[in-house]
Amino acid sequence: MNFVPLGYGDVAIAAVLVLVNGLLSLWFALGLERQIAVATLRMVIQLVLVGLVLHALFNAEAPFWTLLAALVMIAFAGRESIARQERPFTGWWSYGLGTSTVLMAAGLVTVLALTTAVRPQPWYDPRFAIPLLGMILGNTMNGISLGLNTLTVAAARERNAIEARLALGATRWEALGTVTRGALKSGMLPIINSMSATGLVSLPGMMTGQILSGVAPEQAVKYQLLIMFLIAGSTALGSLAAVMLGAARLTDQRHRLRLDRLRPAR
Amino acid sequence: MLEAVARRTAAHYRRRYRPAEGDIAIGLGDGRRWKAGPSEFAARATEVSSLNVERISRSHLTVEPFALADGECVVVSGPSGAGKSLLLRAIADLDPNESEILLDAERREALPAPLWRRRVTYVAAESGWWADAVGAHFAHRDAAAALAQSLGLPAACLDWPVSRLSTGERQRLALVRALVQKPRALLLDEPTSGLDQNAAEAVETLLKAALAHDTAILMVSHDPAQAARLARRQLRVEAGRVWEDRR
Repeated sequence: MNFVPLGYGDVAIAAVLVLVNGLLSLWFALGLERQIAVATLRMVIQLVLVGLVLHALFNAEAPFWTLLAALVMIAFAGRESIARQERPFTGWWSYGLGTSTVLMAAGLVTVLALTTAVRPQPWYDPRFAIPLLGMILGNTMNGISLGLNTLTVAAARERNAIEARLALGATRWEALGTVTRGALKSGMLPIINSMSATGLVSLPGMMTGQILSGVAPEQAVKYQLLIMFLIAGSTALGSLAAVMLGAARLTDQRHRLRLDRLRPAR
Repeated sequence: MLEAVARRTAAHYRRRYRPAEGDIAIGLGDGRRWKAGPSEFAARATEVSSLNVERISRSHLTVEPFALADGECVVVSGPSGAGKSLLLRAIADLDPNESEILLDAERREALPAPLWRRRVTYVAAESGWWADAVGAHFAHRDAAAALAQSLGLPAACLDWPVSRLSTGERQRLALVRALVQKPRALLLDEPTSGLDQNAAEAVETLLKAALAHDTAILMVSHDPAQAARLARRQLRVEAGRVWEDRR
């Protein structure tokens, strides 16, 4: 089987389905037509632009441009990881925490994969580095986002219990123990779920993509396994770092609970 | 008179050489440990109070210096929202504050905060519970069962789930939780509010026993009769200003 190239006309046929969505929304007065139109337009523009950028990157094959693209992706992942927090940290801590932990975890795991398992020549070849980083980033970002959100919301909700422990002489780590464990669990749960369900419920996008482009299924499966391990490692590393740094920021040297370092609930 | 002072200072020296219960179990985050130097002992000879609040610097709070002797109870009174809880929390170092507070002539900042709070323990008006089982909240289970019984609770309550406790039961057990750790000073925020008369009397009896064992108690109370029964001195708190009421 060979790779089947698509023309823009072929894609346009599928786009008719979205048009149908819009008409349905008008018909039933759902009020979604505007959002559907905006989201569709955004998706088309973003993907076409990314296609152009990737094309340029792959042609250039220059370490500088690859690194710049990676950093831009990480910066966006950092912003997204804290964009929908209920009680974000005040000041630069929120963005700083999200971005630095995404950078640390995803960066480390991507470099590990590129230098040990995949080993393209040269190792920073954007054709491998950028898609790998993208897949790892997306999942790490989710883990960090869920972990931090659970940590801050639970700490605020459990304030009485935490301060009761502190007042009795517990250290800040003992007093926050229940909360940090819960936060780590919720950060790790999505990747554990998707590891358990993968192949049974869902066929992962990358594997499907490789099979569509003519790669033998066994090879595609091996690639998918590699990716899942990388994602699991990076998510664990990122959530752990974010939750622990978050817990440190939620308390201080004198073992006080510092909810004043969170923005008020919206 | 002189004899009494001498006896008291001797008791202090003995206590200082004996580590308080639980000291060793605490992880000292910064690795510091308090050591007594000769100068501190010299200073102590003139110092008879156990908890000495020389200055508290915290927003919304202006405090005149005051001190509690061993086994002394001082009642804090004032309208709600005046800053009574803020005062107790500041002494326990639960809110950010820059203060000069000494326990047995030892500066608070010389001790790791967890160790300070084991010795100067704050019991909030609204108690917090972190585990499902009641018994998981007590450092010394047998001692806790005995104290709970003296407050009119069955010893078996330690096996209950926390969700089964009434507000009054929680309030009493929160006091027990602090007492079993044998603190040097207790900071109690309305320990008997919402208790019926029998329970409140049992709590007072327990507090008197703690006072007899040289524990100092700083207690928020709205009940003038209770204040008269337990304390000879009173602090007034109004709009964040704290001073000793010498009527």
